[in-house]
Amino acid sequence: MSELLSMVQWQTLDTWIVVVGALCGMSCALLGTFLVLRRMSMMGDAISHAVLPGLAIAFLVAGSRGSLVMLVGAGVVGLLTAVFTQWIHRAGRVDEGASMGVVFTVLFAIGLILIVHVAEHGSDELGRAAGVDLDPRCVLQGALEMVHLYPVTLFGVSAPRAFWITAAVFIANVAIVALLYKELKISAFDPALATSLGISADWMHYLLMTLVAITTVVAFESVGSILVIAMLIVPAAAAHLLTDRLGSMLGLAMIIAVIAAVTGHWSAINVPSWVGFDGQSASTAGMIAVVSGLVFSLALLLAPRRGIVSQILNRLALSVRVAREDALGLLLRAEERGGTLTPTELRGAVRATGAGSGAVSWALHQLQRQQLVRHDSGRLQLTVAGKARATELLRSHRLWETYVEEHFHLPTDHVHGPAERLEHVTDPALRERLADTLANPTHDPHGRPIPPNDAT
Amino acid sequence: MMLHQNRPLVSDEASKPSAPEVVQRTADPVATGAEHPETAPLSMHDVTVAYHRKPVLWDVDFDAPEGHLIGIVGPNGAGKSTLLKAVLDLVPRVSGIVTIFGRPYRTQRQRVGYVPQRESVDWDFPVSALDVVTMGRYGRIGWFKPVGRADKEAAHAALDRVGMADYAKRQISQLSGGQQQRVFLARALAQEADLYLMDEPFAGVDAATEKAIIRILQELREKRRTVLVVHHDLQTVPEYFDHVVLLNMRVVAQGPTSEVFTPENLRKTYGGRLTLLEEAAHAIKRGGHG
Amino acid sequence: MPSSVADTGDRMSTGVTHASRFVDELLHVLTLQDYNTNVVVVGVSALGLACGLIGSFLLLRKRALLGDAISHAMLPGIAGAFMVMSALGGSGKSLVGLLIGAAISGAAGLACILLIRHFSRIKEDAALGIILSVFFGLGVVLLTLIQQMRTASAAGLESFIYGKTASMLASDAIAILIAAVVISIACLVLFKEFTVLSFDQAYAQSQGFPVHGLDIVMTALVIAVMVIGLQAVGLILMIAMLVIPPAAARFWTDRLHRMLFCAGAIGLLSGLFGALISTLTPRMPAGAVIVLVAGAIFFVSMVFGTARGVVRRVVEHVGLARKVALQHLLRAMYELREAQADCEVTPTVLQEGRFSADALQPRRAWNGGELQQAIRLARRAGYLTPDSRGGVRLTESGANAAIHVVRNHRLWEIFLITHADIAPSHVDRDADMVEHVLDPAMIAELEAVLAKTDPALATLASPHHLPSAGGAG
Repeated sequence: MSELLSMVQWQTLDTWIVVVGALCGMSCALLGTFLVLRRMSMMGDAISHAVLPGLAIAFLVAGSRGSLVMLVGAGVVGLLTAVFTQWIHRAGRVDEGASMGVVFTVLFAIGLILIVHVAEHGSDELGRAAGVDLDPRCVLQGALEMVHLYPVTLFGVSAPRAFWITAAVFIANVAIVALLYKELKISAFDPALATSLGISADWMHYLLMTLVAITTVVAFESVGSILVIAMLIVPAAAAHLLTDRLGSMLGLAMIIAVIAAVTGHWSAINVPSWVGFDGQSASTAGMIAVVSGLVFSLALLLAPRRGIVSQILNRLALSVRVAREDALGLLLRAEERGGTLTPTELRGAVRATGAGSGAVSWALHQLQRQQLVRHDSGRLQLTVAGKARATELLRSHRLWETYVEEHFHLPTDHVHGPAERLEHVTDPALRERLADTLANPTHDPHGRPIPPNDAT
Repeated sequence: MMLHQNRPLVSDEASKPSAPEVVQRTADPVATGAEHPETAPLSMHDVTVAYHRKPVLWDVDFDAPEGHLIGIVGPNGAGKSTLLKAVLDLVPRVSGIVTIFGRPYRTQRQRVGYVPQRESVDWDFPVSALDVVTMGRYGRIGWFKPVGRADKEAAHAALDRVGMADYAKRQISQLSGGQQQRVFLARALAQEADLYLMDEPFAGVDAATEKAIIRILQELREKRRTVLVVHHDLQTVPEYFDHVVLLNMRVVAQGPTSEVFTPENLRKTYGGRLTLLEEAAHAIKRGGHG
Repeated sequence: MPSSVADTGDRMSTGVTHASRFVDELLHVLTLQDYNTNVVVVGVSALGLACGLIGSFLLLRKRALLGDAISHAMLPGIAGAFMVMSALGGSGKSLVGLLIGAAISGAAGLACILLIRHFSRIKEDAALGIILSVFFGLGVVLLTLIQQMRTASAAGLESFIYGKTASMLASDAIAILIAAVVISIACLVLFKEFTVLSFDQAYAQSQGFPVHGLDIVMTALVIAVMVIGLQAVGLILMIAMLVIPPAAARFWTDRLHRMLFCAGAIGLLSGLFGALISTLTPRMPAGAVIVLVAGAIFFVSMVFGTARGVVRRVVEHVGLARKVALQHLLRAMYELREAQADCEVTPTVLQEGRFSADALQPRRAWNGGELQQAIRLARRAGYLTPDSRGGVRLTESGANAAIHVVRNHRLWEIFLITHADIAPSHVDRDADMVEHVLDPAMIAELEAVLAKTDPALATLASPHHLPSAGGAG
């Protein structure tokens, strides 16, 4: 890493950028976890657009761009967004997404007009201030690269103003989430139960939305209005794929946020030169979003058990196992009739049950390697172990046929299909319970013998 | 008393309405089982609920007797779930009064345990079975305070009671339908309520779970808790419940199962086509309460 | 904020200082003499119409915010197309090229959303948010690189985000018009198919509709209108136009074809008036004004809408509650007399009775002032007269009303019992009387049952003057 870092000079400024980005990201991830779990992700989008008029009004009222006034303005408007959305959703019975869409576009439009008004009619100083903070490019991509322009000394330490603000908001968010952990948890999981236990899910919702609004505005200055959504939702969603506990989901989301901040800034400096933009850098905020997206894609692909890759592998393994068991069954049935099968015949017969050719080849290979099937002068034969396994399967199959016929009153020619699927998921215990239920039948509905249980 | 309302119905015994309602309500404590209707665990008077303009519940009068297992039975669309939701203020009422132990619901929340239908929550939520059960204690713990050791133990005990102690650490989506239902039940147990409202706790569960659940409900009854269960399977009604409410938008009949769960009342509730049900009821009458 | 502001500002920079000049200008604008204004008005009106139509289906499929996500996901396509075209030696600002880029990345975003939903436990809302923000982030990265490219000027690319409504070109307006015509025709031709797709996708599939094909057509229309609209009016306006007019239209009707018509009209009117107002007002970004006009129409619709409006629903609820209260009161009086008198209850018997609040109170679950309120309602309806001893008496119309209410109630009860299997779908209490819902043969059947217990009620001729809820129902 140090080698790579040296490609472009890493300076104190870069450290501050990463620290502020990470603090923003962690604050957002903390709240975003609850947004994602409450299926309210798009509320982050709505609020990050809707706070605009709050900022403009705070400007007009206070005449300055003091951080506290801005935060109050944002908090109020964020709350209003949530209240209006809820009201339109409930009183007007409009779909929740649509009511968000109505509220945030209208509020954004109001904000736009107010800002134009401020810029045009405000005093020069006010206008300039508005220009600085609410400049379109700033809204778009934030001004993370300019954090160092406003140093503030607190507790004897000189640090960028953005650092102090994001740190304060981060601490506040951590404190509130820690204090109200169980209330947030239950109202996200089961709002009706929460309300019935005296923890009003509505009030928790409004509290969360106010926090989101305040955090959004703080992050807004650094990363812009759209990318703040990436910070709110993407790390939380990625964490959701990776863990089954709320506590670890919160922690993981914050870790992903930090990784995204560090890697994002590093890529913003270095990646452009790889693709032919020598000596240039890309937007750090944009890169943080892109890196978060990459982390999410990795989680989507590689998450244990639920990732796409493991889903595909599981499906493959299952189809190979089914093909293997089908092959055993076919060989046994052939032996019952006093014949054997050539590899080609067996392959064709297994393919006919719907297995893919790759799965069939792999299954036959496995059978021979496990010495369940033996190659004997161009014909395939079951070994002793193979015959035992095949007999178990045949027993399951014919028991299921009997069961399905008896309990669902299916005609005899319709029982093979269900039994075929069920035999592959039947373990010995289930098989014997099945036999007990059926009072140990000796023949299946087709009149063929059901092999006895070897264990007895 | 098979028909609670004194307005004449088609039944033969309701020839002429006689005394005013209130007199009848208090004069017949055996039938309702409520010695003091004002402090009955659940008391509903004239409750009418309408979605948009369509009535779902119509003049429902109902006093739940204390310490009984009460089945709410009726056809689809009869308003069974709505009845529970009307108690919990989850749907607006057009008219009527609901009291829990003689007081409005909002002052009695702690005493009411609700087991919603299983589909009502997101089972992908990152919590374990134990976490879900612990949520039943949140109301007692109070704001801001973390979950204490005693509450964890109570939750463990509740999980143990439903036979799910081994699954405490499992994420809830990894449980089968029956196990999820048991977790919901354990959550209600952990709440230690006096009145339980359960919305189809037997829907989609296996036979073993159903037996386990009913055993726990019977234990609750032995502790003088009142349990209202929305139930679908008529065959098991006499076996499971000592009281039934036959509901089809209005209360057709309510009272002890042996008196109320008759073929005639079932026909009034379900319409005339259910001969199968009648047979079931007959069989049950012969066997269960003869 | 942004460029559209500046554009409006420039054009209006002469200012409006004199009233006479303002009037001149007003006439000028309203008579559509100004070429630029004409272009803008035509363009945004057509866009409003197109968005209203296609947005209705999005709304019904609960995909209102899909437009939001797709529009943001178009940014990297626009920036990428610009870079590719510049690298190939072009100007980089060929509109067709940019639009193709936008469409490709919009479609890619949509594909990712579907992928995430299908393969993971991530829900739709989070999938939208992820694609929206990550794609946009990529777009921002590309934009910052473009700004540093020496070979090309990137000026104007940002108009895709903020729009440049006020300086819309004639070619933009024509493109929008064409899109609007295509979408209107598509919605007309595929109305039946889109309807069944929006209502019940599984059913549509089972009926052999090419669900996926239809879905693709519908989504392609959305992407097309967004691509064309985006560079003309900007992102936020596009989202607003897709969401607000259909949501507003929903309050006025429960029928889909009327909703489509209504949504198209609301979109068109928002565009028209928004554009006109912004032309007449200095320093008003046209896009924002259009959104506000649409928002105002939405608000009015939500409050006063004739199908699902708030006022209508509150009035209905209050009316229903009053009607129920009145019916309870009349029934309570009837039942009191029924208990007291040994003979059949006739209007005369009812009129003879004197009712005190104390006697009525225990009959039903009236709390506090509810009984008094019901009595007031009944007196206003002329059903009651005060009695000299402090109680009330039924008037002749009141006695008749009471009999009808009780008869109706008992018939319904009999119906519920005798036809319990179909009852829940037939009972409609809002239609005052049984006669309004059930057919005569059924009523005769019910009356026969009622005759066993209440012959007087059963033989009563069908009522013509039915008690209503004191005028509120």
